[in-house]
Order: sequence, then C-alpha cells, then structure tokens
Amino acid sequence: MMKSHVSTLMIAGLLTATSAVAEEKPVLTVHTYDSFASEWGPGPAVEKGFEATCGCDLKYVTAGDGAALLSRVIMEGGRTKADVVLGLDMNLMAQAAESGLFTDHGLGDVKYTMPVAWDDPVFVPFDWGYFAFVYDKTKVKDVPTDFKALAASPLKIIIEDPRSSTPGLGLLLWVKSAYGAGAAQIWKDLADNIVTVTPGWSEAYGLFLKGEADMVLSYTTSPAYHLIAEKDDTKAAAPFTEGHYLQVEVAAKVASAREGDLADRFLAYVTSPEFQAVIPETNWMYPAITPASGLPDGFQSLVAPAKALVYPAGEAKKIRDEALGEWQAALGR
Amino acid sequence: MLTLDHLSLTLGAFRLEADLTVPGPGVTAIIGASGSGKSTLLAAIAGFLAPVSGRILWNGQDMATLAPGDRPLTMLFQDQNLFPHLSARKNVALGLSPALRLTAAEWARVDEAMARIGLGGLENRLPAQLSGGQQARVALARVLLRARPLLLLDETFGGLGPALKEEMLDLVARLSAETAATVLLVSHDPDDARRIAPQTILVADGQAQPPVATADLLANPPPGLRRYLGT
Amino acid sequence: MASRARPLRPGVWGVGGGWVAAAALLLLTLGTTAAVLWRAGAAPLPGAADWVAVRFTVMQAAASAAISAALAIPVARALARRSFPGRGLLISLMGAPFLLPGIVAVIGILHVFGRSGWISQLLGRFGLPPLEIYGPVGVVLAHVFFNLPLAVRLILQGWRDIPAERFRLAASLGFRSRDINRLLEWPMLRAILPGVVLAIFLICLTSFVVALTLGGGPRATTVELAIYQAFRFDFDPGHAAMLGVVQFALCLGATLVALWVTAPTGFGAGLDRPLRVWAASGPLARLVDAAILAAAAAFLLAPLLAVLLAGLPALTRIPASLGQAALRSVVMAGLSASMTLGLTLALAHAALSRGLAGRLAEAAGMLTLAASPLVMGTGLFLLLYPIMDPTSAALPVTVVVNAAMAVPFSLRVLLPSLREVDADYGRLSESLGIRGWTRLRLVTLPRLRRPIGFAAGLAAALAMGDLGVIALFGNPDQPTLPLEVFRLMGAYRTEAAAAGAVLLLALSFGLFWICDTWGRNADA
Repeated sequence: MMKSHVSTLMIAGLLTATSAVAEEKPVLTVHTYDSFASEWGPGPAVEKGFEATCGCDLKYVTAGDGAALLSRVIMEGGRTKADVVLGLDMNLMAQAAESGLFTDHGLGDVKYTMPVAWDDPVFVPFDWGYFAFVYDKTKVKDVPTDFKALAASPLKIIIEDPRSSTPGLGLLLWVKSAYGAGAAQIWKDLADNIVTVTPGWSEAYGLFLKGEADMVLSYTTSPAYHLIAEKDDTKAAAPFTEGHYLQVEVAAKVASAREGDLADRFLAYVTSPEFQAVIPETNWMYPAITPASGLPDGFQSLVAPAKALVYPAGEAKKIRDEALGEWQAALGR
Repeated sequence: MLTLDHLSLTLGAFRLEADLTVPGPGVTAIIGASGSGKSTLLAAIAGFLAPVSGRILWNGQDMATLAPGDRPLTMLFQDQNLFPHLSARKNVALGLSPALRLTAAEWARVDEAMARIGLGGLENRLPAQLSGGQQARVALARVLLRARPLLLLDETFGGLGPALKEEMLDLVARLSAETAATVLLVSHDPDDARRIAPQTILVADGQAQPPVATADLLANPPPGLRRYLGT
Repeated sequence: MASRARPLRPGVWGVGGGWVAAAALLLLTLGTTAAVLWRAGAAPLPGAADWVAVRFTVMQAAASAAISAALAIPVARALARRSFPGRGLLISLMGAPFLLPGIVAVIGILHVFGRSGWISQLLGRFGLPPLEIYGPVGVVLAHVFFNLPLAVRLILQGWRDIPAERFRLAASLGFRSRDINRLLEWPMLRAILPGVVLAIFLICLTSFVVALTLGGGPRATTVELAIYQAFRFDFDPGHAAMLGVVQFALCLGATLVALWVTAPTGFGAGLDRPLRVWAASGPLARLVDAAILAAAAAFLLAPLLAVLLAGLPALTRIPASLGQAALRSVVMAGLSASMTLGLTLALAHAALSRGLAGRLAEAAGMLTLAASPLVMGTGLFLLLYPIMDPTSAALPVTVVVNAAMAVPFSLRVLLPSLREVDADYGRLSESLGIRGWTRLRLVTLPRLRRPIGFAAGLAAALAMGDLGVIALFGNPDQPTLPLEVFRLMGAYRTEAAAAGAVLLLALSFGLFWICDTWGRNADA
C-alpha cells in the first residue's frame, strides 16, 4: 500500500509542474522558443540575473521556434498569459504587428550596435547574426565567394526548407535581395549543388557535421561555437561578396500583459549589459549591444560581411510568397 | 422436461422447424444426416442462436432471456471444450466458478470429481499434454461439477476411437443416471443412439421429429433416415 | 452443420468501453481538426500545390507500404519455420528500427547509405562516386527501414496463428512447399496483408522528418509539410485544417480498400503445439532462409549499429539533465502503453460485433494514424486553452496523445488474435458463463498474452521515442528525453545528442524487449 502510494506520488511529481512551492512573488511569463529556454541556451542565466533584481519569478513558456512561437501567441489571442514574447525575428515582425497583440516598449533611445539602424517602437532587438554557408576548412579548398561561384562549383550543400525553418526563409530572402529578378536563375543553377532540404536547422547542421555535404546554411557565428566550446578551428563561414542576409531577433511586450511593469523592466533588462553579455556564448549570435568588455575571444576571428542585406519587416512579408514560388519552381523541376 | 414450442430457426438460407417435448431424465439421441441441422438445433437450445419464432422451455419456463451461461444446461462441443492455457484442474474448476474463485472445499470437490472420472494425478497437466480420451474426461468432470439438469453433447466424442468412444458414452449414461440429468446427444452414428439413448429425435428435411423409441426407429426407419443409413 | 451462429448479444465489453474508446479517439482526431477549423472560421479549398503534395504523399506511401510488405513475407516465413539459437533475440532486435525517433533513424541510415556513409566509403576505395539516396528513393528506403520490422512482426503473427495441427495435416498429406503455400500460407497472407499494407501506408502518409530530410527538396513535399507551411509560414490555420481533412479522406479511402480486400482465415484453434513445418527442411530451403535472414538483419541492424558507434564515445559525458528526462520519459511511456492497451482492448471488442458498428470501431482505431500531429496538437491546444493552462498539461496531454497514436498498431496486432480467440473460445466461455471482466482475465488476456506483450512493447517504445505534442505545449522545465536530444542537436551539441540518441534507443528497445519477452514466454 505504502509502496504504491510512493510510486503514485513519484509519477505525479514527474508529471505535474513544480508549482507546489507556495510563493507570493509576482510571476513574469515570457514566451520564447525552446532553445532559448533550454539548459544550453541563454534562458537559465537570464532568469537568474533578472530574478536577482525584480523580486519576481520569471517563468518561460516555450514553442519550437520563432514561427511556432508567434503561431501560439496568435492562437491564444487576447487571453494569452504571456507578458513578454521573446524570439521573433524580422520576418515575423510584420505578422506580429498586424496581430495587434503587442504594445510599445517605451525604452527611449538605446544605442544598438547592429548593422542596421533600429527605431521600432514595439520590438526590442536582443541579438542578431548573418546567414552564411559554413564549411570545413580541411575539406573545402576552393571556397566560393558568391552564389554564382557556389552554383558553378561542384560543392554539395544542405539547406533548410523556407516553409518550416527560419534559416531557410532567410536564405530565400538573401538570394532575392541580392539578385531580385535574377533569383530564380540562381536557384536553378544551385539545384544540382543541393543535396537535400531539411525541415530545420538541427537536421541540416547534424547532416553537415556527419559529412553529408561540403557546406551548410547556418550563421557566420557558427564557427565560434566550435572554436570556443570545442577548441576546433576547422569550421569557417564563407564570406559572399553580394553581402549577407541579416537576422535580428526581437522581444516585445504583450498589450494585455498582467505584469505590465515587470514586462517593461524585463525589456529594459534585455538591453542591459548583463543580458547582452550572456548572448554570444549561449545563443551563438551577436548581442544587439556589444558589451563594454567586448565580444568573447573567438568572435573576432569570424568573417565580417562587407554588406548587410535585409528587407524592412513589411516588405519581407510581401516578397516572400513570390520568392517561395520561384524557389519551388526551380527546385521542383 | 425440454419443450420446443413451434420453434423455427434459420441460418442463412437454411431453415429448421421443431415442435416437440423431450421428457427427462435420461439420454435422448438426435440423429440425422450431416448438414441436416442437428447442431443448429443444439445451438438454439444452448442460446447461441436466437429463434425466428417459437419458444424453448425448460420445465415450462421460457429460456429466451437467459444468456448461454445462465441456462440450466451444459454444452460440450465437437472440439474446443478446454482452454489450452489452463491446467486440467482449472478447466474443471470453471464448472464451479466461472471466475475461478473457489473455496478450499470447492477445490476439494474438483479433485474428487477428477479422481472419480479417472483423472487422478493429471490435475496439473495442460490440455495439450493429455490424450484425446483424457481431454474428454476433463470436459465431463466439469459437467459433473456444473450439475445442470440438461447436458448437450454435440458430436463430442467424434474424434475418439471406437472403444474409447463407447467408454465415454457409457460414462455419460452413468453420469446421467447418477445425477438424474437429461442428455441430448447429437451424433451421426446410429450405434451411439442404440448404445445409450432409449429414445431418438430424427432431424431430416428441415424438421426435428418428436422423440420415438430408438429401437423402433432404427428397426423401421422412415424414408429420410433410410436414405441416411443407406439401407 | 458447422454453424458459426450469430451470438445472441455482443460481449459486454464491446458495448460500453468500445464506444467510449472510439469516442475519445474521434475527439482527438476529427475533434481537434474541427477545433482548428472553427478557430480559423474559413477553410480554402485545396489548391494546385496541395494536390501535387497529395500525389507525392500517396505515391511514396504506397511504394513504401508495398515494398515493405513484399520484403517482409520471405523474412517472416524464414523466421516462422526455422529455429536456431538467438532467434528470439534476432526477432526482437529486428523490431528496433520501428521504435526509433525519426531523426535518429535518418542519421542511422545516412551512416550506412549516405554520401559519406559506409557503402559510399567502400565505393570510394574503388574510385566510384558516392551513393546518392536523396530523393524518392531515399524516402522509400527510409520508410522500408522503418516499417519492414512492423510488417515482419505482423506477418509472423499470421504464421503463428495457423495452428501447428494444420501444418501437421499438410505434412501427413504429403504437401509440398508449393501446396502449403497455396492452401495454408496464401489464405493467411490474404487475411493479414491488407491490414499490414494499410498500416504502413498510413504511417508513411504523415511522414514529415523522413520525407523531408531525405526527399532532396520541394519535389518531396508531403501533405504534412504543406500543413506545416500553412501553420508556420502562411499563418493560415484554415488551410492547415483543410489539409488535415484531406489526410483523413486519404486514410478513409485506404481503409475502405483494405477492409474490402481482407478475407477472414477461418483456421480455427489448435492446441498450442509448437510450429514446425515439415515440408521445408531440405538443405536448399535452409540455405535460402538463412540468406534471407542474414540480408534482412544486415539491412536493419547496420544503421542501428552506426547510431550506437556514433553515440558510445560521448556516453560517459552525457549531461546529467538527460537522466531526469529519461526517467520522466520511461514513466510516461509506461502510462501511455497501459492506456493504449486499455483503449485497444475496448476497441477490439467493439470491432468484434458484426456489421457496420464493428467496422466503424475498427476504422476509429486506425484514425490516429492519419491525424496530422501538428493539427492534432494545435486543436488540442485550442480545446484545452479555455479550460486550463496548456503548459502544465503538457505531460499528461503527451501521455494521452502518445497512447492514442499507438492504438492503430496495437489494434492491428491484437484484433486478428482476438477474433480467433472469440471464434475458438467464445461459445465455450459463454456456455460456462465466463463473461465480462472474468472473461478478460481468464480467457482473453491469457490467450492474447503474446500479442499483448508485443503491442505493449510497441506502444511503450513509440511513446518513449516520440517527440509528440510536447513541443507545442511548451513546458521547458520538464523535457522528455526525445525533446532533450533534439535540444542538444539545436545547441550544436552533436556528440551529446548522439549519446542521448543511444540512451533513447536503449530505453525504447529495453521497454519493448521487456514487454515482448513477457509475451513470448507464453510458449515456455
């Protein structure tokens, strides 16, 4: 009897949220993507840092990626429990703004160190990066310097599907912004280089590390992980002369936030040196504001694109359907 | 006393009528050609087949609302009378408790019945480890414990050798006499009827005839039976 | 008159529990789709791109199902009629691919068949170009790798269900291999194959990670990807729900075809004697069977070995949090499997009743296979959101959904056996008054021990390996093991992820092996 009691309790404990600790502290609910909140992401450090000053309990609720995150918040609509949504990117901003679920951050003038000027009243950028093709220096000797050279080379690449992944969409807009009407031709020329198109970044990067392709669509910051965490300097990103497409990740306050003041304070924390210092070695992206102490060793060795390509949020939404059509037509054969 | 009151059965295109009374106790044989409907009749009495019309009465009581297991009868099939995964003892014990929840005294009765029927020492065997004759005895031991007033045998011993079959038939006759049970014995072999059944129901041409003395029936077979007997 | 008369009334189980189970499954599948539709307010009709996706989906699923089933026949046959040391272990091991999480299986396959895989490396030694499996070939190859084990097990079950007495009779009549084939094996296959093909077809219908990763590009767009696109790219839940409906329609069509071509075997019962086929004991037949088994084992086990080899080096450095997640996943898998068995038994009893009702119950049991996980998760989210906090419901909901997802498999495993048990012992039980729970305890469960062990193992392992809906419900503090492995992959920790995959594989397989062995000990 006793024994079955214990096991029941154990099961209950494993299955239910550990909300048993009776705390009267206010709870700030932050909806974010899963890898931000995971043990290996910035989440734990950010939670600890903010809770040290806010006198509150910061709780993450997660979705698979940025698109899933927005999709969830839109589904919840006005009844959402989220106070802050963190982890949308520029391609989702227009959709997010249209939903009317978000409100101004009221942060005043923040000095971002990003390749683009930022004055959006609603969305607060917290990190950014360039999409790039990553390769193994020991295996690829003739590194292409633009899409045309890549297409002409015998190199095999793995890319992500724009319909289900953020980098995939980024690549779509990258080619479109660099080549405009010529994008369709670039895709046709790239078709024989593409080994496969994966549903997400994890699959693509995993296959690349396994040796299934010479290059993979990732970020210019990816080699920093290998360099810093694994002391492996064989990975590099190929700089392209067309410029690189920019991804900016943002956070925003939910209009119906129950903890409005805490949400404001959290957004201010997001732009603080403490938060920003956590980003490089957990999210493996550039912080939106370079900390006074500079970037960690290893980030200096990364390629610095000569030109940042990016569509303003509203325009990206208009262009992506046309770009997707070209992509499907070129690769669908 | 079993009464089939204007009973009408159908199974697909097949149709069988019966309007008769079987007085008890004692053994009554049901004979007829293969496919004449002997088993169908038994299935209806046992409750596996709902009549199209008419009633089946036991001592004047309509059995229509009773589930097969609740009817005052035990049925032994052509085969599959034992559960292969249960020991002989448990197979017998099902006759006392369908849930196999027996008191010590009831288990003692199980063992006693098995011993009486010649199964001593085989209690813990599985059916596959028993001979055909032993399997038949296990089924009969269960009949004994169920102690229902009516016993239906559907060609039950068809698979046994002649000597063994006769032994089993005699055992049935003995049990019937001891427990004052009414037995309906379906068989395609007139000798079975001759051996233990004083009276016989002939099933032929879609009709189950009222029981008549077996000796008379076999001595002066009507046309339907004559065809079957080949005389 | 060997009459198999209509019973007076259906089993007690069939009435209550069966319909409750069917209703629960309908709510999870059609109900969730309706919730998404209702939320969207409108659903556009499928466009040209959708039909292209439907066509590719059906083609790859049909090819995968046909090839898996066809290859499974000789393998199951060889396993059925040969006994050798390690046979039981081989049967269990060969089942493992089916239990793998999609991405782990894909990586395993690529270790062997990929551009840098073992075969390509071997080809490279001879100056030959690497294998190019990306494209429809790769999709089908992966699906066969996944589903061949299921097909083998289901068909092997069919061989077991032919009573040994029939083979003995065949031997005594001097049947040759060909005669056994025609008179015993073919009728069994006629009865079993449609269900097997259907199950695999439906599994491949909702394929996502496999189809996309190995598909080589937008040519390999499945309906499930189109659903993803509708939700995540177009923010058009109406379109997604409509595509969900299309998947159900495909499922319904395939199910009707399968039911239509299925013929009952009517072998009757035997006395549990071990199976031995007399006719096929010649040296040539032995050699052929050995070759078939060796080939199948190599095909199925090499990728598993590759996954193991890749993960073992990092196994000692496995992050501590994975242990917690693993324990949580094991408990959840156990709960899921129990729930699957309950649902399946109830449903299977309902499916015993003749006519439309029985067929409907059977169809309800297949429905979750056709359900898009994304639509189901989203619909559940919409249904639960007004009543409770979805985040705190994440684990219970995952348990329930994983349980429901395994029902089609366990139903395929249990139903044919239950039908046989009912045909063979239904009347005997009825006549002895063994009914309801007693019948379940004394007759049905013991007689079904082997398929129950298999089904429970399948359900537990599937629940263990499935990412399920947990990612949608988003509770970051209580990850399951698959989620944790996926997180490691997403955080560049490829080595740790590989080690996590080994842990996942070991636990999935361990759960399966324990249940399956328990079932197979029925013979001992």
